[in-house]
Amino acid sequence: MDDNIVAIATSLGVGAISIIRLSGKEVIKITNSIFKGKNLERVNSHTINYGYIVDQEEVIDEVLVSVMKAPKTYTKEDIIEINCHGGIATTNRILELILTKDVRLAEPGEFTKRAFLNGRIDLTESEAVMDLLESKTESARHLAISNIQGKTHEMVEDFRNRLKDLLSSIEVNIDYPEYHDIEIITVDKIKGQVKQMKQELEIIIKESKNTKVLKEGIYTLIIGRPNVGKSSLLNQFLEEEKAIVTNIPGTTRDMIEGQVILNGISLNMIDTAGVRKTTDQVEKIGVEKSLSLIKQADLVIVVLNGSEALTKEDQYILEKTKEKNTIVVINKNDLEQKLKTEKLNDFTLVSTNTNHIKGIQPLKDKIIELFELDKISSKDYIYFSNIRQISKAKEAHQKLIEVEEGIENKLPIDMIEIDLKACFDFLGEIIGKTYSDEIIDHLFEKFCVGK
Amino acid sequence: MKYEVVVVGGGHAGCEASLATSRKGHKTLLITGNIKNIADMPCNPSIGGPAKGIVVREIDALGGEMGKCADKGAIQVKMLNTKKGPAVQALRAQEDKHIYPKEMLKVLNNQENLEIKEAIVEHLIVDNQKIRGIILETGEEIESDIVILTTGTYLKGSILVGDKKTPGGPHGERESKFLSDDLKALGFKILRLKTGTPPRIDINSIDYKKTSLEPGDDQKLTFSYDNKAYYDYKNQVPCHLIYTNECTHQIIKKHLKESSMYGGHVEGVGPRYCPSIEDKVVRFFDKERHQLFLEPESNIKEDKEYGNTIYIQGFSTSMPEKVQEQMVHSLSGLEHAKILKYAYAIEYDAIDSKQLKQSLETKLVENLFTAGQINGTSGYEEAAGQGLIAGINAALKLEGKDPLILKRNEAYIGVLIDDLVIKGVKDPYRLLTSRAEYRLLLRHDNADIRLRDYGYQIGLINQETYQNFIEKKRQIEEVYQKLKDIRITPKKEINEYLENIGSSTLKDGISLYELLKRPEISVDDIKHFIKLDYSLEVLEQVEINTRYEGYIKKALKDAEKMLNLENKKIPENINYENIPNIASEAKQKLSEIRPTTIGQASRISGVNPADISILMVYLRKNGHDE
Repeated sequence: MDDNIVAIATSLGVGAISIIRLSGKEVIKITNSIFKGKNLERVNSHTINYGYIVDQEEVIDEVLVSVMKAPKTYTKEDIIEINCHGGIATTNRILELILTKDVRLAEPGEFTKRAFLNGRIDLTESEAVMDLLESKTESARHLAISNIQGKTHEMVEDFRNRLKDLLSSIEVNIDYPEYHDIEIITVDKIKGQVKQMKQELEIIIKESKNTKVLKEGIYTLIIGRPNVGKSSLLNQFLEEEKAIVTNIPGTTRDMIEGQVILNGISLNMIDTAGVRKTTDQVEKIGVEKSLSLIKQADLVIVVLNGSEALTKEDQYILEKTKEKNTIVVINKNDLEQKLKTEKLNDFTLVSTNTNHIKGIQPLKDKIIELFELDKISSKDYIYFSNIRQISKAKEAHQKLIEVEEGIENKLPIDMIEIDLKACFDFLGEIIGKTYSDEIIDHLFEKFCVGK
Repeated sequence: MKYEVVVVGGGHAGCEASLATSRKGHKTLLITGNIKNIADMPCNPSIGGPAKGIVVREIDALGGEMGKCADKGAIQVKMLNTKKGPAVQALRAQEDKHIYPKEMLKVLNNQENLEIKEAIVEHLIVDNQKIRGIILETGEEIESDIVILTTGTYLKGSILVGDKKTPGGPHGERESKFLSDDLKALGFKILRLKTGTPPRIDINSIDYKKTSLEPGDDQKLTFSYDNKAYYDYKNQVPCHLIYTNECTHQIIKKHLKESSMYGGHVEGVGPRYCPSIEDKVVRFFDKERHQLFLEPESNIKEDKEYGNTIYIQGFSTSMPEKVQEQMVHSLSGLEHAKILKYAYAIEYDAIDSKQLKQSLETKLVENLFTAGQINGTSGYEEAAGQGLIAGINAALKLEGKDPLILKRNEAYIGVLIDDLVIKGVKDPYRLLTSRAEYRLLLRHDNADIRLRDYGYQIGLINQETYQNFIEKKRQIEEVYQKLKDIRITPKKEINEYLENIGSSTLKDGISLYELLKRPEISVDDIKHFIKLDYSLEVLEQVEINTRYEGYIKKALKDAEKMLNLENKKIPENINYENIPNIASEAKQKLSEIRPTTIGQASRISGVNPADISILMVYLRKNGHDE
């Protein structure tokens, strides 16, 4: 960990300013060698310095350079941050220039890894920092910050303390069986407490999925036959929200992607190729692609034409989406309605008119209702906020189920205690209390480039 | 005169250590202050209990002596925790304090290659960080290749009663005055520990009507796999239960400052797991009563010391004699009790067990081993377990072989020694089942399955015993096979039987093995379907391993994770100062304890996961990985 690393710290393409971050022993000296302005090796720590990045004599960009000296930095090493103004091409050029020096490109998550290894932050905190840096919306930012403040930690500790109480009571019964005065922890007592904890954990896991929604947004797929109003539906969302639209190439019938902020939550919408029976090989690929996306989606919006009767294609799509979180939009409600809704009883129905902004309001309301977006925004954010934490919480929850099964099967307390202890250990792993190889490996694999 | 091994101290650790080395053919001298007190039980008159009882089984499986002697001395035996499952069951026996030491002495006296000498050892002869022998208080020098210190409470031992402090050990024996100074000069960190014992009263001065009876179990039980029960289980000696009361507590509170502990006369640290009655009353002030057991010390009436005494378990104190009289007489049933021996506290020197290797050889002086209370433990069983391992490893060292190191998933003895070496002690260490991570694997019933092979390889288990063990294992396999092969079908009489015993009826055919997995089905029920002509021991193994298979698999999986870290070795010459970024507390701990594996390092308190990651990155970078 003695070498110097560099990465672009901001998402490429978003915003006018991008930041290049360096960490390591010689980064101040190295940056100074391509900087025109004050001598960075002589400036005070934690200062921002105006100047230019130069390659030989050529000025590449006008920049602000933050100099932060060890150990009071994120990685506990010397850190330089270069605020570039010249767009993607210039930023890349500066990065390339730096890479000609004694600096290598950071591995995924390496800054945070260094911070973690240097003892700057614990496991939950390092994950939270990653989340903060990746957060796309204000709500996600709140969640990340509340994690750093250790609220996840407190909540997990509360669970562990309760388990600790229970476990130590069981242990004392086992190690001091001759003491008649000590309360005997019976299976019934464990049962009550475990049920309580299980329910609480269930709620937290459910809410945690919501926090995943907070952080990563809702992956929304719009699907339907051609010409039922899918594109105009998306356009109505986008027009109002002025979101970014990009074209995703790869199929003949392009899919359109857009990001919309609804109640502070990002809706990541994908408009798919119209699904219809086709013999055209190329178009077929597009249709298959649309259907395959259903699996990954958090929300599927099936668009039907209300002025026509239900077709075989419609039924096919509905069949494919019935297992998902689906909203069926019956569009074109300004026309005479010929669609019979009896067959759609199992679905959440919304009637829209995509010709007007107001025409899609019922759909927005339905999404807010379905994901409880109005509630999420006012939450205290004391939940697990990433997949690793959620999966450990689920394993802890599973252990509580196994405790209940053990009790159900009339197993003795020494067996039941094994699962209780395992639950305790899983909760400990969330906050880095027990050591295990995999956690750290997995954790750092997960971190993305330049964070 | 030159010996291969000198063992200093004839307590439970010393007996096992000297038997192990001499049985392995090494000329051994056991030195004790008084032969009469060899294998004495100066505190409670019992052996076993949760975890401890399993240690005794482990000692037996490895070829030690404690279990056999305990079986001979047993006067009341109980299997504890029978309702809490197989993992935590353990035997406890009330022992006859006359018989147990007598039987142990008999074994020692008959042992080839073993001599016993009465003397006090005051100095060690160390040459170039290697032990050469010992010097007695008379000035006599005895040369030896290996020295095992099992000094119990005798290093600067001091007896405390109220404000009186008398140098010496139990029974008024003399202490060793200078040995711990020698150890200190050699670089050992010396701890001062304290323990205590309750008053003994005349067996005929108790009003038993005011007590409640605590009988033994109605079956023959043994520690040793020899399965020889010597006691008459129909006529076991009972214990009795009484409680302290408000009046007792008032007396204690009134005279608190007069006790050695609260009067400030004690330097040593007492055991958290065995507090004095003063401590109980002070710390748990809202408890109205504390239970006390009246335990007979011996059935042999002619024994002058123990023949007529009752041990008041739970009533250890360091109050002055006058106050002890008041305290005892305040107890219901003991109003007229005659105290035959007053309670006392005892202080003694111990070494910091972090200065030991897992083999129990000291890191500072080659060929010097320590075991028992000198390592900071309390309890006869903990001492004997260490004594056996120290003896085995001393012999293996003489033979140029690798030491026997039991892992945490193999034996309570392994948990005990690993805890001592890696974590160290602050107060006298008692083994608890909760100290073991994989206690479902470390059961009372399977100590032989876990450890017999080691005992045989080392040479402490003879051919005949080992063959019996091999046969037992063969039979276990045979029963599994039968249960897996034989299927029963939903016939009328079978379903009727199942219904009768409260088990659900069959719809399809299942193997007997599957049937035995049902919690309500026992091996006895299986016997209803096939003839199983095997010993209880064999059937017990099959029953436990079948019924709890799922849980056992879980434990094995967890243990495997631990073993992976245990296999990641740390080179002996590593310099932690050269590793950047490890927290300074962790650096200091790692340098002090010098763990040999990543697994050990991860168990050191003060070394956090980040430090372990950095250590692993460093080892990988420097090519020490795998």
